[in-house]
Amino acid sequence: MEESIRLHYTVPGDDFTRAGAASGNVKRTLKELGVSPAVIRNVSIAMYEGEINMVIHANGGEIDVEITENEIIMTLRDQGPGIENVELAMKEGFSTAPDNIRTLGFGAGMGLPNIKKYTDEFSIDTKVGVGTTLNMKVKIQ
Amino acid sequence: MKIIMTVKEFSEKLSLKILTEGDLSRQITGCYCGDLLSWVMSRAREGDVWLTVMGNVNSVAVAVLSDCACIVLTENSPLDEAAKEKALQQGITFLSSDRNAYELSVEISKLI
Repeated sequence: MEESIRLHYTVPGDDFTRAGAASGNVKRTLKELGVSPAVIRNVSIAMYEGEINMVIHANGGEIDVEITENEIIMTLRDQGPGIENVELAMKEGFSTAPDNIRTLGFGAGMGLPNIKKYTDEFSIDTKVGVGTTLNMKVKIQ
Repeated sequence: MKIIMTVKEFSEKLSLKILTEGDLSRQITGCYCGDLLSWVMSRAREGDVWLTVMGNVNSVAVAVLSDCACIVLTENSPLDEAAKEKALQQGITFLSSDRNAYELSVEISKLI
């Protein structure tokens, strides 16, 4: 792969039927490119968690993915409420998801911790009342 | 990886009802039980049978991302229409049983 591949997705807010479409598409693309299953799994899980967070908390958002020879860079931007306490949000088990979300099987407080676990680099830019951007990187080798 | 049996053989051995038919020739290599999707997604392995009560669209996405062989809805838990449609689109097999996750796990452990 000489040039990088760029993909863009819009995640609709409050629509669980379409959440997972972007991560599913990236998964298929990486498979076609012959990327190893372990890397594909890491990228898919991290991205799906990010997508679900956008649906639950931020009324959707935008995702940019760049696939280069050595790494996969994902940027997830939303204009949601922002995260008040990032340190707390990163703790396993901490969740602000409402009860109706829990009955769908989410809200376990594993979203951001899972992203951290499955990426090589992860940072959060967030401002209360403005929005949140997640920057993730998964190395191919 | 040890090859055990296909989804079709598995459904017949345990008398499971097929709700949506994906790839029934898919081989089953293990089993995972759980209802919290993030937990399942990070722990279920490729080729697992996934036992859960969650029959919604998010379960389909999790099964796709974690490459589960099939989903078994335990205790006759319902599969909603949107999930059924998405499962058919994505080729995910949903099976159903009136037994609970423990009872099924005991049976599955005798098979694999």
